[in-house]
Amino acid sequence: MTKGGLLPKGFERPTVLASPSDSGVQEKYEEVKSSSKTIVLRISKFNPEKDQRTTFLEFTVPYQRWTTVLDAILEVKNNYDHSIGVRYSCRQATCGSCGMIINGKPKLACFTKISELDSDVVTVEPMNNFPVIRDLAVGFERMISTHKRIKPYIIREDSEISSGTKEFLQTPEDVEKYIQFASCIKCGLCNSACPTMATDSTFIGPQGLAQAYRYIADNRDQGKDERLKIIDERHGIWGCHFAGSCSQVCPKGVDPAMGIQMLRGYLLGYRK
Amino acid sequence: MDKDRKEGIRGMANPGRYGIERVAYWLMRITGLGLLFYFIGHIYETSSLLDGKAAWNSMLELTQTTEGHIFLTLVIGMCVFHTGNGIRLMIAQSGFGLGKPRRPDYPYTPSSLNMKNKLCIYVTIGLAALAMMYGLGVMYDV
Repeated sequence: MTKGGLLPKGFERPTVLASPSDSGVQEKYEEVKSSSKTIVLRISKFNPEKDQRTTFLEFTVPYQRWTTVLDAILEVKNNYDHSIGVRYSCRQATCGSCGMIINGKPKLACFTKISELDSDVVTVEPMNNFPVIRDLAVGFERMISTHKRIKPYIIREDSEISSGTKEFLQTPEDVEKYIQFASCIKCGLCNSACPTMATDSTFIGPQGLAQAYRYIADNRDQGKDERLKIIDERHGIWGCHFAGSCSQVCPKGVDPAMGIQMLRGYLLGYRK
Repeated sequence: MDKDRKEGIRGMANPGRYGIERVAYWLMRITGLGLLFYFIGHIYETSSLLDGKAAWNSMLELTQTTEGHIFLTLVIGMCVFHTGNGIRLMIAQSGFGLGKPRRPDYPYTPSSLNMKNKLCIYVTIGLAALAMMYGLGVMYDV
């Protein structure tokens, strides 16, 4: 960006702190550093191969207004305890790797600022309803297998990649019907919050069911009957009690609860 | 719990952390169980008729105590909440009153957990409380 570039009316160019070596900037850095607050970060430690019980390690971590829970965990991992097991990748709520229970609720660690938790103690635990690999990292095998089970792809006889065919055109209205559900990043937070998942190990779960709706609502797809047959069972769509917790915790606005109830509309004959 | 992290029944504790919809889910389960126990008790109570009028009257006397009144008041509340919330769930679980799917924009507010649904839950809780007060009034001749 050029320094003298035009800005829309009413906008002001922010002051950029280029590098600590600039005059006065070092002082500013010191000021920010000294004004930082601290929290007690409690990290769940559990290795299923060695441990019988979960223990919690406590660390006092400084934070700023913009510090995320993942930043704090990595601060501890880099400086105090390298053995902490945590899965992360993009740090921008896109890869869905860093889902965990933060102060009792499933959240993405990279998408949760410490300042918004409004607590002096931040407790991080692995997600519920997933097997623990180590510490904060959980296994996604079951969720991915149920995701595959509902055939998460367009099913139809012809193909847009065959020679002599064209792409399947859709109107913006057609796209609106499913695009919300296509935002799923498979982070597993919905499955972790679901009260049915908490007691029923064979329940498909909100993630898989919402993805079933995503493809059924897509007018390019012709696999509706096939998918409805898979989910039409006690541990499938009928296991949902519409507690809405899945939609409450979704970091991408997918609203699995809505998709599941819409799917029921198809099965009950209210929806074609 | 440690290895599989299954919340189990513990997941029903502290329902407030997920909002009023989870509280309604919790109340629905509790009232369902309560009504099941009442139903079993009710069958036992009415079966005393087979043992004659005296047995029936002594069974009825049990409900005329303070504990009996509290129990019946709870039954009224459970019945009203379970019915009201059940109707809401039947409508919502058929795919109605959930809003329309739309492109998600930050901050994401799930449209299935909309004000209509929340209002229904609050009204049902209110109706259950009113019915309980009315029941108490009748039982204590206020």
